[in-house]
Amino acid sequence: MTFSKNSLFTRQELIGFIVLAAIIFLLLPAVLDNFRLNLFGKYLTYAFVAVGLALCWGAGGILSLGQGVFFGLGGYCMAMFLKLEASTPENTSIQSTPGIPDFMDWNQLTELPFWWVPFHSLTIALIAVVIVPVTFALIIGVAMFRRRVGGVYFAIITQAFAAILTILIIGQQGFTGGVNGITDLRTLKGWDIRTDEAKEVLYFVNAFLLFGVLLIAQFVRKSKLGRILIAMRDQEDRVRFSGYDVASFKIFIFCLGAAFAGIGGAMFTLQVGFMSPTLVGIVPSIEMVIFCAVGGRLSILGAVYGALLVNWAKTSFSESFPELWLFGLGGLFIAVVMLFPNGLAGIWTEQIMPRITKLWAARAGAVAPIPATSTEEEGAI
Amino acid sequence: MSKTPPSKGPQGPSRRAVLAGSAALTASLFTPKSLLAQDFPTAEVNTTGLAVTDDTVTVGILHSITGTMAISETGSVQAEKLAISQINAQGGILGRKIEVIQEDGASDWPTFAEKARKLLVNDKVASVMGCWTSASRKAVLPVFEQHNGFLYYPTFYEGLEESPNVIYTGQEATQQIIAGLDWVKETKGANSFYLLGSDYIWPRTSNKIARKHIENFLGGKVVGEDYYPLGHTQFNSVINKIRLKKPDVIYAIVVGGSNVAFYKQLKAAGIDMTAEDPILLTISVTEDEILGIGGENMEGAYACMKYFQSLDNENNLAFVSAFKEMWGDDIVIGDVTQAAYLGPWLWKAAVEKAGSFDVDKVRAASPGIELTTAPEGYVKVHENHHLWSKTRVGLAKLDGQYDVVFETEELVEPDPFPEGYQ
Repeated sequence: MTFSKNSLFTRQELIGFIVLAAIIFLLLPAVLDNFRLNLFGKYLTYAFVAVGLALCWGAGGILSLGQGVFFGLGGYCMAMFLKLEASTPENTSIQSTPGIPDFMDWNQLTELPFWWVPFHSLTIALIAVVIVPVTFALIIGVAMFRRRVGGVYFAIITQAFAAILTILIIGQQGFTGGVNGITDLRTLKGWDIRTDEAKEVLYFVNAFLLFGVLLIAQFVRKSKLGRILIAMRDQEDRVRFSGYDVASFKIFIFCLGAAFAGIGGAMFTLQVGFMSPTLVGIVPSIEMVIFCAVGGRLSILGAVYGALLVNWAKTSFSESFPELWLFGLGGLFIAVVMLFPNGLAGIWTEQIMPRITKLWAARAGAVAPIPATSTEEEGAI
Repeated sequence: MSKTPPSKGPQGPSRRAVLAGSAALTASLFTPKSLLAQDFPTAEVNTTGLAVTDDTVTVGILHSITGTMAISETGSVQAEKLAISQINAQGGILGRKIEVIQEDGASDWPTFAEKARKLLVNDKVASVMGCWTSASRKAVLPVFEQHNGFLYYPTFYEGLEESPNVIYTGQEATQQIIAGLDWVKETKGANSFYLLGSDYIWPRTSNKIARKHIENFLGGKVVGEDYYPLGHTQFNSVINKIRLKKPDVIYAIVVGGSNVAFYKQLKAAGIDMTAEDPILLTISVTEDEILGIGGENMEGAYACMKYFQSLDNENNLAFVSAFKEMWGDDIVIGDVTQAAYLGPWLWKAAVEKAGSFDVDKVRAASPGIELTTAPEGYVKVHENHHLWSKTRVGLAKLDGQYDVVFETEELVEPDPFPEGYQ
């Protein structure tokens, strides 16, 4: 097998994928107990967002500080379906209006709002998990990119959207569950999602979906589209003058990132068992950018490692030093940005991979195919 | 609404609980007869694999000590640690010292759920003292029910909940609201009310109960009802509306940082609360909040809750001095802090009554548990896992403390699903 520039993977990229797959499918389930595995399942849902950001921000140069919006929309779509399933008339018989979600009853609603009704169907809910965030991203994208709003302005506007959606969800608590969110989710088509076995199954479903998303991302990076994105990031005007419709490319990649985030949000809801506006707002949106930055924003695999590492650090620091952990986490971010501006992926491509390649070359003789690591940034996996 | 005297229920007061309880705050006066661990073999008192050894038992504390809620929840953590250290000083529970695993909920609801699962699944804690906001409680509730944990929840809250895995040591909404409205009607002749609050479940549910009580039971009228997002700081428009409507009472359930803006702007707009025109009645400002608002901005307002630091009884004097000794003289103690202090004591009494740490047995033993040593006075656990407690009205003074001007004669029955108020 040869690795030409046109195949989906270079050899080192393939190694990277295999290593990550081994970690996620074999190593973590083997060494972690059910509780920790479920935690890593939760971290992996953030990885969906981080991969989307690696495409939008790392490749396309579009910094979105509002990815929590899409994560939240996906999560809420899933939560609405699960909440309706949990709110059977038998389960809610103590309410004034049995059969509607409990928080609606507390807010004096007497019937299900019309836009909740389609979420009785799992199929529609699953489609909505992707379509709702994408539609939202499309509207923002068309409104912004067609007017050539970019850079810092775009980042600020996405942040504003995150704030608006949070306020909307909290304010309309009769329809959304307000600040408490949609809680107490129990079963998916009769299958109890709270048991240990269910959590294990969901972890693997999550992992498979993540690899699906990674393959799509890898395909985009390798396609002509990916190269145009990078060209746009570095010299937007030149690409425009060459006759490309820059806005359409940006809208596409932004929507793709939103779709990834929506899937992550839905998996989050399934594994954690609730959805709340704290996952939609500005702070989680910025955290998601941090996952991406720590992993290395140029690398889709780095984004996954970043999400895993930062969240694992958060959990373990806060368990060991409940009163000081935020300082530790802050220190980690500063260290990564100061010492490794390209994140974990930078360490891999700049420090470790060249050595492995050298070793490989020495063993196989001088004729071994040396992958295209030439350009410094694109070399990242 | 029903006010029934605390009947010596079918169980009657557990002698052991009363004994142990009465020893709580007067530990220096006499040495309590402590229970010995060898009388309670571990294999018998712990049949479900909890973290209980021959001489220790582990409990969890789960509050936010970082993030926006830290300022509110710190008092609860301090109260729980004080109670636990006092219990340990007396010899612990069933002869076992309490060890604490503290986790930080970080003001983030998914983190609360994660840490709750960690405490129950990994650490196998026998009970958890924790949570503060409704949102955090809602997030951990399925975890506690799934893993059969036992939570002591300290905050006054909106009711509409009765979990077999939670003991609610704060007041539910009707306990806090109804007595205060009756009082303001009877003693001040108030007829028109302006309701306002922060926009989330607790103020909305509380105002819903207040409105029903005002309209259906007191024959008064509600002249306005407004909500503002959490963190809102511009109250001038509502203050103007209040001046136009001229209500007898402003009924305010503003929470957190918004309080500072609200009361300052109220004063700046020339509404003098000491003149009681209109009267300001709140259920959301404890002594802790006044630290931020400033006594001069709060002077003359009335607050309705079950505990004030200034309560003049032996239990409370001992509690306040022990609290200050442990955590510093500058500290103030609000309603929730006191309710948090009850958690470990109620759990101790239930465990000793059950003779076991098993959650199912502790749950079965909990209803009817009495504490005669509570700083707020006598309390008793109801069948519905809430506490019978008195409701009091306090008048805010310049120094940031409340003068207790009224208390219900009897304990008020908790009623988390109030008929006629839904």
